Order: sequence, then C-alpha cells, then structure tokens
Amino acid sequence: MDLCDLPAIDISRLIHLGEISALEVLESALERVSAVDGRPGTLDPGDKESGDNEKVHAFIHLTADRARAQAEQIDQKLAAGEDLGPLAGVPFTVKDIFCVQGTPSTAGSRILANFIAPYTATSVARMEAAGGVLLGKVNLDEFTYGSSNESSAFKPTPRNPWDPEKVPGGSSGGSTAAVAAGQGALSLGTDTAGSVRQPAAFCGVVGLKPTYGRVSRYGLIAFGSSLDCPGPVARNVTDAALMLKTIAGADKSDGTAASLPVPDYVNGLRESIDGMRIGLSPDYFRITYFDETTGELDEQPISAEIESAILSTAGFLAQMGADIVEDIPMPHTKYGVPAYFVISRVEAASNLHRYDGVKYGYRTPERVDYLPELYRKTRAEGFGPQPKLRILMGMYVSAAQYSEQYYNRALRVRTLIRRDFEQVFDPQGPYRLNALLTPTTPTTAFPMGEVYGDSVLMQYADQLTVPANHAGVPGLSIPVGFDTQGLPIGAQLLGPDFSELTLLQIGRAYERASDGEDWRQRRPTVVAQGK
Amino acid sequence: MPEYEAIIGLETHIQLNTRTKIFCSCKADSWNDPPNTNICPVCSGLPGVLPVLNDTVVEKAALLAAAMKASIEPVSYFDRKNYFYPDLPKGYQISQYDMPLALGGYLDLPMPDGYTRRIDIHKLHIEEDAGKTKNENGQRLIDFNRCGVPLVEMVTGPDLRSADEAAQYLLRLRQLLRWLDISEADMEKGHLRADANVSIRPKGADHLNPKTEIKNVNSIVALRDAVQAEIDRQIQQVESGGKIEAWTLDWDDNAGVLRKMRSKETEADYRYFREPDLLPVRIDDTWREAILAQLPELPLERRARFMREYELPEYDADILTGERTLSDYFEQAVQAYGGDPKRVSNWVMNDVLRLINDRNVPAEKLRITPEYLGEIIKLVDSGRINTSTGKSLVEKVEDTNQSPDEIVTAEGLGVVSDDAALRGIISEVIEANPEQVSTYQGGKTTIIGWFVGQVMKKSRGKADPQLTRSILEELLSK
Repeated sequence: MDLCDLPAIDISRLIHLGEISALEVLESALERVSAVDGRPGTLDPGDKESGDNEKVHAFIHLTADRARAQAEQIDQKLAAGEDLGPLAGVPFTVKDIFCVQGTPSTAGSRILANFIAPYTATSVARMEAAGGVLLGKVNLDEFTYGSSNESSAFKPTPRNPWDPEKVPGGSSGGSTAAVAAGQGALSLGTDTAGSVRQPAAFCGVVGLKPTYGRVSRYGLIAFGSSLDCPGPVARNVTDAALMLKTIAGADKSDGTAASLPVPDYVNGLRESIDGMRIGLSPDYFRITYFDETTGELDEQPISAEIESAILSTAGFLAQMGADIVEDIPMPHTKYGVPAYFVISRVEAASNLHRYDGVKYGYRTPERVDYLPELYRKTRAEGFGPQPKLRILMGMYVSAAQYSEQYYNRALRVRTLIRRDFEQVFDPQGPYRLNALLTPTTPTTAFPMGEVYGDSVLMQYADQLTVPANHAGVPGLSIPVGFDTQGLPIGAQLLGPDFSELTLLQIGRAYERASDGEDWRQRRPTVVAQGK
Repeated sequence: MPEYEAIIGLETHIQLNTRTKIFCSCKADSWNDPPNTNICPVCSGLPGVLPVLNDTVVEKAALLAAAMKASIEPVSYFDRKNYFYPDLPKGYQISQYDMPLALGGYLDLPMPDGYTRRIDIHKLHIEEDAGKTKNENGQRLIDFNRCGVPLVEMVTGPDLRSADEAAQYLLRLRQLLRWLDISEADMEKGHLRADANVSIRPKGADHLNPKTEIKNVNSIVALRDAVQAEIDRQIQQVESGGKIEAWTLDWDDNAGVLRKMRSKETEADYRYFREPDLLPVRIDDTWREAILAQLPELPLERRARFMREYELPEYDADILTGERTLSDYFEQAVQAYGGDPKRVSNWVMNDVLRLINDRNVPAEKLRITPEYLGEIIKLVDSGRINTSTGKSLVEKVEDTNQSPDEIVTAEGLGVVSDDAALRGIISEVIEANPEQVSTYQGGKTTIIGWFVGQVMKKSRGKADPQLTRSILEELLSK
C-alpha cells in the first residue's frame, strides 16, 4: 500500500495531523502515474509502442508542476496554522470535459485540442478551494460520446486496470481507470446516460451521478444539457460522499443548479439503513432492444453472474436491516435508450454548433473564400465520427418536419420514465421505496475493439443507467464483486430527487457488511504488476 | 386604375436599457466602446458556459407588455434558434418561440388627421442580440460586444395601411419606450430597429398578397420613405402586369432607393427546441404586482386626459406629453399656478421647452422648477412685472437658481407705473428724437410703436406698456 492508495478522507486527515505532507502524497501519486499509465493520449500517437497494451493511458495532460505548487501551498498553510480544507492534499483528476484555467481543455476532440480554457469550472474550483491537488486532465470518449473510451481523438485510449485488454468503460473511463489504479484518490466525471456509473462498474470503483442540478454544470463542456451531471468517482463510498459535499450546491453561474442546502454527506453515513425499503425490479434484470430486421422489441436476460452478484448484494443489505421489496414495475425502462438517442442528439447537435473555427479551437489550415466552406472543412476535419453521427441524427430528428414524430415524442417518453420513478418512490404510494437496487451494467467490461463502431450496440451498455438521467434522479454505482474473468461487477442504487445521502448510506452499509469478503483484498493487475 | 391600399406589418427589435446583458454581467451598452471589450466567456460562447437570466430584462419586457395591453404569461420558456453565423458565437440564439413572455396586445394609434387605427401585436418575446460583422479589406471582422444585449422582439399584425401610419406607429412606440424608461429607443444607434413587411391590394379586398420585407432602415423618416417607395413600386409593378415576389429589400438611405437583397423562397429551419440551460420564466402574482406597480399612466392616456381635464387643444396635449418628464412638469406647474392651464401650457411650450432644447437639460433637472414657473406667471398676472420681464425671468431663474421674487426685488424689475418717473423717461426720448416726432406729427401715428420700444429699452423693460402708450400719445400730440 502506497500513500496514493489511501482513501481521500485518510489523506486529508493525516495531512491535517501533520503525519504526512501533501508533497509526499503527490510524489507517491506521480510515481504511480509513471509506473502504470504509460504514455498519455495525443492526437498523433504514431505506431503502437511495446507496452502500450499493458498500460492504463488515463491521462491526456498531466499538470505536475501546477500540482506541486498546490501541494507546497498546503504544506505551508499547515505550517502557518491556516485552514486547509476538507480535501487538503488529496490528489484528484478531472475528466477533460471540464474547463480548468490555463490547461488544455480538449473534450477528447481534435477540434478543441489547442483550446486553453481561460476560466475554471465551478466544481473543479470548489475542489481546489477545498485543498484538492489537481494531478491532470484525463481521457474520455470524444465530447463524452461513448461507453468504452475508444472514441477519443487522443490515443492510446485508456485501458481497464483490472485487465488492460478490456475497455475501462466510458465516457468517464479515464477517471475511473485513474482512480482504480491509484492515480489520484478522486476524479471528477460526468454522467449523461451512465458515463460515471458504467465505467465505475467496469473499473471496480464508486461512481455517483447526483440529482440533476445538485452540482453546477458551469465549465462542463455540454453534451446533452438537460441530462449532463458532474459526478464523483472514488474508491469508496465515504470518499464519494466527501467529494459530493465539496462540489454540490447553488452556483450563481448556473441557473439550473438547485439552491437546496447541501447535507453533510460524510457524517450522515453513520446512520443505519434499518427499515429502509429497497426494491428489485425485473425490468432491470434484462435488456430490451429493437431487432435489426423486424424492428420488434426483443429482450435478453443480463449475465447470470451479474444477476447473482446483485441478489447477493440485496442479501447483505437485508442483513443490515433493509427490507428488500421484489417485483417492482419500471415498465418504461426499455424505452430509455431510444428516447435518449433522440433527446441527447438534438441537444448535442446544437451544443456542437459553436465549434466553427471562428473563435477558438481547430480551424482548417486550407484557405477558403466562402464562409460555409470554412465551417464544412473545419468541422469535417476537426470532429471524429461520434460527434458527426450525433450531429446528423440530431439535425434530422429536430427538423421542422420530423420533430413532432421524434423529438416531441421522445420528450413524452421521458415524462413516462420519470413517472415510473415517482410512483415507486412515492411515500404514500404502493411501493414506498427508499431506493432501487439494480445492476449498473448488463455485462462486465468488454474487450477493446469488440463493440466500438456499432453505436447502437454501444448504446445498450447504458440501458440500465440512462433512465436516471431522463428522470433527473440520482444513481450510485458501487463495486460488489468480480465475475469469473476477474472483472469487476457494479451494483446501482437509484433514489428519488436529492436522495444522495440515502444512496450513500446504503452503499456504506454494504461496504461494512461485505468488508470480510475475499474479493475486497484484490488489487488491479496493472498495480500489482507495476510493483 | 383601381385604388390600392397598402398592408404593412412592422417587426421591431427593442434594445432594453438594462445595465448588464441578458445572460451575463457584462455591460450591456457598448456605444463608442472598442470592439470586444464588453465580453466574457458566457457571451462569447466559450465551451462549458451557461446563461443566467437577468431578471430586470423580464421586468422591463413585462412592463412593455402591460403597456401594450398584452397578457403577461405566468410561465414562459426560452428556446434555441439554431443557425450558423460568425457573429453568433454559440451557433444558436437564445430566444422565445412558442410560449413567449406575453400574448396578444394592441396599440390604438391616433393619426394626425383625426382617426384612430388599432394595431394588434402578434408576438412579444425576449431574446439575446447577436454580435456585429464588418467587412474590411477583404476580411471579416467580428465584434462580440453586442452579443447578449437584451432585446424585445415585438411584431405587429398586418394592420398598418400607409407609410404615414407605419411612421406614426414607430413614433408612438419610441415615445412609449422612453416613457417607460425601458429603452433609449434611438433608431440611429440601433436601440430600436424596424423591418417592414409590405404588400398591396385593391381597396376593399380582404385577401393578402405576397409581401416584401424591407430591412436596414435606421430612422423613422427613412422607414416612411422606404415604405412609400415600396408601395409605389408595387403599384407600378401590378399595373404594368407584373407580379410581386417575396423579396427582401435593403433601404439605401443616402440614395433613397430600395435594393433587392435576396429572394425568399424557402423559410429557414431553425430547429427550435427548449433551452435546457435556463429554467422556465415564472412570473407569480407577487412579482407581477411588483412589476405592474411600476406602470405609469401611458402617454396616449395622459394626452387624452390633458385635453379632457385641462381643456387643452390636441396640439398642446400632444407636445406636452411628448416626454413623461415634460408632462409631469406641466402638471406640477398647473398646480402651482392654480389658474388657467392653457396659460401654463403656453409658457411651458414656448419658454420652458426652448430652455430644455437650448440647454439640453431634461425637464426634471431644470432649476426653474414648476413652482417657480407658477410664481412667474402669477407675477405677470398681477401686473408686478410685464410679460417680457416674465420671459427673461425664466432664464434668469435657471441661471441663478434664485426665486423669481428675489430676482425681481434685487434687480428692480418691477413694472414702472409711477406716472412721474415714466414721464421723465418719455420726455427724454422725445427730446432725443426730433425727426421721429415730426414724422408722428406729420400723421404717421403708427410710429408710436417705435417710441414705446425706445422707452422700454431705456427703462430696461420695466415700463408699463399701457401707461407708456397713453403718456406718449398725450405728449406727442402737444
């Protein structure tokens, strides 16, 4: 165990006590990066180098100098007896979809590769103000469009620390891979359809998608503005709670950020879950999809190993006093992906309009005399295939003649999905659940290159996570074991609006109940081999 | 040749006079500021930024809606209007589409020749302005200062019937905007912009013919000229067997001609959808009442009341209600004076208004307050000073900030009606001008006016003109 493997809450505590210095912690994290990460993603990676396939490649841009200055400042503050903040000296990474002043903020895209942000996202600023030390910006799917991290323009793309032949998931795959491998105790990710929870499940870490509006989106380069949520990635529930407490709350730069007071998520973890009603829904134990030839809805059960891991999780929670309620109907779950296909793409196409080569970012080097030609060439050269697909689809379904048939219909589906949640969480309703327990993903991490290129199939990786984004409710993914291939399995807890504390309490209760399990002692392959 | 009537609708954009922009805290007014100096990450469309609504924009727009008798909606939404243009940094404009701030509304437009035309409002919503593009030496220069400046878009129905009516509508709108203090409404500075949709039809018909759109008019006179030119062109075109096509026309004010900008065959698809970055605008009863409490008596209402209550001629009422502060001034002066309002009107329209124009001071900032004006008129009425002294007092009070009474006393401006003193002055005048005396005595008695003038001059305007004239007649007849 190195210093960089300590939980954030312990790092901060030990630094406060003066037992370790922020600089020591930082150096430990930087050593880990050089041991496991390999070369960072770049636009022009050249030929594959030996060893590329064994490394994590979480980073696009390491901010080591900036981090050293921050760590030194923490140590000086301690010496001067000043207040250090709750994240004092905790190394963290930021998904490169957030603007951080003075750093390249690329969105994993060629079109923003040269963009140096002149301002800092609210959530990042709050982490730094709390004493967090920014290690660097980590890789992601281009503009967050994907579930495997393979669509980034910055290559090599991240690999799964538990098995580098597998994807880390996405789009916050750089975040979850980094945290799993001890490259920072925390990472700031974003979740539009599952982009924090799915890679957290694949990488065996904790990922939280807060209620829409709980965390400011200011500085988050937008994908689907009505769905995007910044969220914590951590190695345990307590750290996720600590990070959420730091980043949540009203923001004068984001009118959609909720002004509700922020609970003490960390101290709240002491509460028992005795008597909490936790539901299991059959609609979350299968995936449904449209048959390619007939267009009919077809369904498949999720993997048996995942199903049994979730049922075992329910067993542990029952031991901790929760009531497990079965057969909860969530009938509109199966429409989540198609509705998401429409809504997110309409918003994405519009959000991508600003990348036109006029103001910042990539501009075609060719001389053009006709303005639309500047747009066409710049965007054709600057965007990778995923943004282009989203623009095409988004433009199509929002066109005047189709928007009723697609966009407005998808919005109505979204309302129905929201209603599913309202009914089961209604304290006066028939189910009165505190939370739903579901698998986070239908499968564990899949091999690199296997699914990429089939954007429909890739999207179904999000089927169990996307309903929470439609409904705006919070979702927490926690590691609950491994499959026979040695890949992590994630369980998801979903709750009503602003029930993050409840979800974290349940997650923490599970950690306590399962503390003695052998799998808890496992360490990612890359870390074990890097020694 | 049949008689034609014009069918005109105006699409206006009104720049609100808020201190900051609609979605960020940059200064809204960039008049004379260098390009790209009032910008920030939000209004220049950097990645990751979000708009935050300036409530004052909602309040000012709602005030206009109330003044136009439109219904202020309890919930309205922002939408994205998507299109590419270099001076539109986000690639979409945040506007309102199907559920705007206000619905309905109208303006009853009084025309100078006596009739009133009701103009319906089809649309009233708030939106952000785009930047400016300038072509210079083959380069396209972009200025983002204007990005995010708050606008109200207000569109009339096809209810205007002549170029004069269109001009009159803009005059009344400009008056109203300044009255409500929601816009500087200066067309030359683009604070008030108007595009006109023009078509013609035989008088009495009830169908609508294809229309053309006139853009780039930057004064009320230009609008009237452009619309008239287009009406004439359309009549000529139809009379010579031609057809009217849906063109967009550009008004060249220097040359006084319309130029075709483009044919408008297809409507652009802006792919409107709800702006996910902004919450719906909710105007609850408390907020609505607070806004409506700011709504003053409107200029046309006050104009009608001045005619009714003070029995002023329409001409006077119109001028006195040209600006809100002037009309307030007038009413306060009427109160201070207590006599015939028409008498106050004359003083305000002649002397006070001249002072306002000459010195470029707004009515509410004058040192010659309504109370002082009332005092001056009363001094004249009582005969203590004559009218010309009264008029000069208006300026003297403004110059010195002393009360009229103080100035009259200090400068000895009271009328000289003392017989002996006057006779002394008059004798001097007669003695000094033997030539004119003989002219008078030769029968040209109208020259007495000249003598009165001389006496006035010598007495520095204080001589009682009536008395002077009778003493002159007496002495000259000797």
